[in-house]
Amino acid sequence: MDFITFIQQLINGISLGSMYALIAIGYTMVYGVLRLINFAHADIMMVAAFAAFFAIDSLEVSFVLATIIAILVSVVTGILTDRVAYKPLRHSPRISLLITAIGVSFFLENIVNVTFGGTPKSFNAPEFFDTIIELSGATLTPTVIIVPVVTVLLLSILLFILYRTKYGMAIRALAFDIKTVSLMGIDSNRIIMIVFIIGSALAAVGGIFWAISYPILTPYMGVMIGLKAFAAAVLGGIGSVSGAVLGGFILGFTEVAVVALYPELGAYKDAIAFVFLIIVLVLKPTGIMGINFEKSRF
Amino acid sequence: MAKLNKNFIIYLLISIAFICISPYVFEDYGMRILNNIFIFIILAVSYNLINGITGQLSLEPNGFVAIGAYVTALALLSEDMKWELFQLEDPSPWVLGLNLDLIPALLLSGVVASAVAFVLAVPVFRVRGDYLAIVTLGFGFIIKVLAINSPEVTNGSIGLNEIPSVINVYWTGGIAIVTVILILNVVYSKYGRAMKAVRDDEDAASAIGIDTFKIKTLAFITSAFFEGIGGGLLAVLLTTISPDLFTFFLTFQLLIIIVLGGLGSMSGAIIGTVLVIGGSEWLRFLDSSMNIFGYVTDAHPGLRMVVFSLVLIIVMLFAREGIMGKKEFSDIFRKKK
Amino acid sequence: MILEIKDITKSFGGVVAINDTTFHINKNEIYGLIGPNGAGKTTMFNIITGNYKPNSGKVILDGKDITNKKNYNIVKYGIARTFQNIRLFSSMSVKENILIGLQNAANYTYIESIFRLPRFFSQEKKIAKRADEIIEFLNLTEYKDELATSLSYGIQRKVEIARAIATNPKLLLLDEPAAGMNPNETHDLAQLLFQIRDKFDITILLIEHDMKFVNHLCDRVMVLDYGKTIFEGHIEDAIKDEEVIKAYLGDFKHA
Repeated sequence: MDFITFIQQLINGISLGSMYALIAIGYTMVYGVLRLINFAHADIMMVAAFAAFFAIDSLEVSFVLATIIAILVSVVTGILTDRVAYKPLRHSPRISLLITAIGVSFFLENIVNVTFGGTPKSFNAPEFFDTIIELSGATLTPTVIIVPVVTVLLLSILLFILYRTKYGMAIRALAFDIKTVSLMGIDSNRIIMIVFIIGSALAAVGGIFWAISYPILTPYMGVMIGLKAFAAAVLGGIGSVSGAVLGGFILGFTEVAVVALYPELGAYKDAIAFVFLIIVLVLKPTGIMGINFEKSRF
Repeated sequence: MAKLNKNFIIYLLISIAFICISPYVFEDYGMRILNNIFIFIILAVSYNLINGITGQLSLEPNGFVAIGAYVTALALLSEDMKWELFQLEDPSPWVLGLNLDLIPALLLSGVVASAVAFVLAVPVFRVRGDYLAIVTLGFGFIIKVLAINSPEVTNGSIGLNEIPSVINVYWTGGIAIVTVILILNVVYSKYGRAMKAVRDDEDAASAIGIDTFKIKTLAFITSAFFEGIGGGLLAVLLTTISPDLFTFFLTFQLLIIIVLGGLGSMSGAIIGTVLVIGGSEWLRFLDSSMNIFGYVTDAHPGLRMVVFSLVLIIVMLFAREGIMGKKEFSDIFRKKK
Repeated sequence: MILEIKDITKSFGGVVAINDTTFHINKNEIYGLIGPNGAGKTTMFNIITGNYKPNSGKVILDGKDITNKKNYNIVKYGIARTFQNIRLFSSMSVKENILIGLQNAANYTYIESIFRLPRFFSQEKKIAKRADEIIEFLNLTEYKDELATSLSYGIQRKVEIARAIATNPKLLLLDEPAAGMNPNETHDLAQLLFQIRDKFDITILLIEHDMKFVNHLCDRVMVLDYGKTIFEGHIEDAIKDEEVIKAYLGDFKHA
């Protein structure tokens, strides 16, 4: 593979990795504070994509407005999911919570399916995103440049919130010990809501980027993406935001690299995430960043 | 304890009698549903072992059912049939060589499924079982990907059809009864008690000498075994299988079934199966155009699924114990001392 | 000597929980592990039961080095424990909880249970009988089919002890068994522990805060403070010891 192609694939990998990273953050943060694998998270991403699609196609608003609408819709969906389905089960066994999350995920997929129909929808991003840029032999679109840049920006903002604001501190404290934090006078439910807001918003951005990059939308698109994003979060170290981002990029690179180097394995690219998952579990369950949440259970 | 008591014999006789007279009571449509119910009872009761009894949330059924279905289908198809059916690529030699009767084929399905389960169990159960759900979810996908991309084994997305239709309700019903008995035997033994202990308090269980990894693996492998057999039966019942058949929805249905029936109750799983499979048929009207008080709605395929997911959420929020909780029929009818 | 703790050190990150601690317990003793809160008593328990690996040192049970054995194997070597916050199996009856303790005594394989081969029945009968014996000895007969966690606190305590005894241990570890009990109940508990010690030929190690109870019950005690042994011996001498007083009440000289 020549250098130009390598650079091109590298950039593709960064772009894909960014999208995984944006979605993985939501998984890792919710797991951090609730110890819940939020099965419905990727469906929130899908809901955002469909909301944007609806806004552009039926409401005929501008792309920017559609994006804002999509973010709002996903944030509201995230908050509702927590309030209606997860909050009542805060003190129930974890298996109940997991099952409910599966139910919510299925519900979102099928509500969208019923509303929009099962045929795949074509996402009409502004033509700007499709303009070809020639850069010393490499063919790029604005998308692959914008996605990583915006992702890094959002990540910086998030890290600032987590490490420099009192809400961020509360979130991190909650991840450590939810009981003690409640005793300290912090409204843990409010903090959890903020976590859902952040996670859903980032997932929405990821969903829009995905819709621009791969403009075919189906109600079940979130399933595969969600699985991979979760695997990325585990790879990077579940509970760690930087870990989620790291895992997302590693996964993105690997997928692009495998398909580029071994095209005959293309059909199995979706299995890469799963392979990473198993490897992590066997070698280092706490992932690369390795946060170990388990305090003494005895 | 040894459940060879009066109640058990009564249930057994009633079940056998029911199976025997069913062909004379139900018509084709009804028999199809009944066969489906029996197969789902096999699946639900085994799924309940890892999920309800041992308390490990797993999403494995569609994967093991797929494995079982393909193994049995390939074993039952004759060599000539295989040459005819395989269109994308020639069937591989061992596929051609695989030729078994029904019972050995089903047993092989079970064995292959449990072997795969063992391989999966080792990495997952070594750490805290949180990841079991995601890994099994991914596993189901991988199986589907493998099925589509191994045309020399599975005939790819075309799938296999003209599987010899060698079973009837005596088979599905009979194997369902045997499965329920065997699983109940596990539950009412020291292994079943250990599984429940792992569910109730894993740390106390290991403090009292239970090797929790071994117990979880045992439960998982057993579930896989019977799910494989159920898959084999499904293949023969449907006579045609393809990768699309084994989606997450299959697992989701089983999840609703055991949750509705009561996680950890085998009697509940049976009740749940009847309600969900029967209800699923009854709710078909939701997917087509409906006439409500003269107002005709458009057809919205998928409304049925929406109702299902709502049922699951509502049960989890308001009636988490399901219909039977953790009890069996025999517990309800036990006389108070 | 049934249990020997030799030079055990355990730290968690920068915090030294157990600091080069040594003590031993003789057979059939009732031995108390006491000390202020946070001294490391439960950590010591967890090291003995294999839940924590010590940074250095040895745990020797009846001559055998069990320092690095897995926690679920410790029962096979002969140690059983109860928990500070009573951890019974919530879906099971009293008798079923005790049957769990008899897991290892029931000798049949998985296949034998699935197909109900003869050994299943004979072994289940054997352990059911043993469970009934233990239940009767502890006066739990009227509760044996009740859901374990639906019973009163004192009864639950007894059930947890019964479950531990069922594993046929050489050494019984009790984590604050008298917690939450009134003086009558603690007196009864002490009597019960004497009886258990005699009937089952057991050694008992317990963590406790109730000094009257410890005084009544324990042959010897070890006082732990900040992870270090500051006294080992008879309790009458313990309460006169300067270091012990300092540990519990603070250092008045420098107050």
